[in-house]
Amino acid sequence: MVTIGLTHYLVVAAILFTLGIAGIILNRKNIIVILMSVELILLSVNLNFVAFSAELSDLTGQVFALFVLTVAAAEAAIGLAILVTFYRNRGSIAVDDINSLKG
Amino acid sequence: MPFFTQLAHHFLPEVILAAGVLALILIGAWRGERANALVSESAVGVMGLALLAIVLSSHSDASVFDGAYVDDAFSRFVKVVTLVASMVTILLSTDFMRRAHLDKFEYPILILLATLGMLLLISADNLIALYLGLELMSLALYVVAAFARDDVRASEAGLKYFVLGALSSGMMLYGASLLYGFAGTISFTGIAAVVSGSAPIGVVFGLVFVLAGLAFKMSAAPFHMWTPDVYEGAPTPVSAFFASSAKVAAVAIMVRVTLTAFPAMTSQWRQIVVFLAIVSTLLGAFAAIGQTNIKRLMAYSSIGHMGFVLIGLAAASEEGVRGIAIYLVMYSAMTLGAFAAILTMRVDGKPVENISDLAGLSRSRSATAFFLAMLMFSLAGIPPLGGFFAKYYVLLPAVQAGLYPLAVIGVLASAVGAFYYLRIVKVMYFDEPAPVFDPSSRTVGGILALSTIFLLFFWVYPAPLMDAASAAAKSLF
Repeated sequence: MVTIGLTHYLVVAAILFTLGIAGIILNRKNIIVILMSVELILLSVNLNFVAFSAELSDLTGQVFALFVLTVAAAEAAIGLAILVTFYRNRGSIAVDDINSLKG
Repeated sequence: MPFFTQLAHHFLPEVILAAGVLALILIGAWRGERANALVSESAVGVMGLALLAIVLSSHSDASVFDGAYVDDAFSRFVKVVTLVASMVTILLSTDFMRRAHLDKFEYPILILLATLGMLLLISADNLIALYLGLELMSLALYVVAAFARDDVRASEAGLKYFVLGALSSGMMLYGASLLYGFAGTISFTGIAAVVSGSAPIGVVFGLVFVLAGLAFKMSAAPFHMWTPDVYEGAPTPVSAFFASSAKVAAVAIMVRVTLTAFPAMTSQWRQIVVFLAIVSTLLGAFAAIGQTNIKRLMAYSSIGHMGFVLIGLAAASEEGVRGIAIYLVMYSAMTLGAFAAILTMRVDGKPVENISDLAGLSRSRSATAFFLAMLMFSLAGIPPLGGFFAKYYVLLPAVQAGLYPLAVIGVLASAVGAFYYLRIVKVMYFDEPAPVFDPSSRTVGGILALSTIFLLFFWVYPAPLMDAASAAAKSLF
């Protein structure tokens, strides 16, 4: 019988974080997927905070997690709003169509 | 200290900005379109009040709100720079936004909100305050980047900035969670106390992630890729805002995190900072050479300048921070002046952005050409202009700290960078004239002239700025 400890949480969070980063970098299709990946990153961070908070018996981590949740909601709202303006102008939300500025 | 005493003595500028934002939103919602000019002017006034509150404050250093927030000479210095840069941004914006039919009352309010975020960021003394300040700044910046919502380039700039900004906040947060877990505290001084012996590996990882996230915000290479696109796509005054205030605040928090939370890990973070500095200065110097769009050129130029700021940080000394403080002032003056000059670039009512459009400017608009030429000399770091002193005071501490290769690379990059700055001067003075620019607004011309005069004559009486910068640096050590 394996007891679930801090390490397991950290590993899951690390995997989620990596998936989120990979989702942003490797994704060639759709900007919505990027927004989902951003959420994944923030959730992995929250998992970290809550796990550490429980491990340290310290409430700060949970307070931080609540702040992250709140800001994540605002961030998603703004991201979607910008995405809508982009769609109106460009008629597409494919990642390959974000190309009018060349760098 | 009782809550309201803390509020009144050490948090007044932020309170003024927050109250101002709320009042202006009300006015805007109530009066609608008619409130545009009023809100814009009041926003400058609100920031002026906040500036007064800082200048006239008791200047006593204190840590308030249970150590979440610090009011010290460094934060006051950087806040003054930020507030002035934000005020200038709004003044620069009015004319441009009116002509682009973007003069909505939300714009100055968003600038105010971003500035409030910057002030919170500059004074943050624990990870939550850092995160909230950073996000308040970033969320407002994402929106202003895409403010020209009928323009495909602006909305693309906003989208790019949003995606990469969200990624960088995510990375910074992941680092923050590791720091919290392995140091057991979120306060900077608490972290410093924990890692004073040997640092747990988790803290080192956390440090790397946090620095990477902050490097994104200050657009140090190799985390710079959003910068040229966003500067090119966003409305020009917004680019000026990104290049001045936003970077100043990001640099301030970078300095505070490294120096107050990780003084014992200097050898570890110095490697990262040195790497960022070398890549940024070199990229800023070489990538700008091939640019034809002047806003893109300014983006690469700003990346290079961030590299110089990081050279000062790599010294990890009081002199280094003093150099950074001076650099921030000079850099803001140069950037805002250069963007004011870009704002005068307008042919037949349409803004133009190519360097070739500046050709023969010395014949049609000799004053603008002269000011812009001086700004370019200053950006290149030619004495006795302000930009030279900025570079001098960050390179000297690096040499004193024994970072000879870094200082040499900095000087070489500066020499390469001089090429493209001087090319602009050459285009303005020796090329066949391009179509003549429309007359510019008085405010924009005034800001261009003032920033140039400041940079030209800084050496005559540098004492006040030098003293303030020294005091600012002293408060971090």
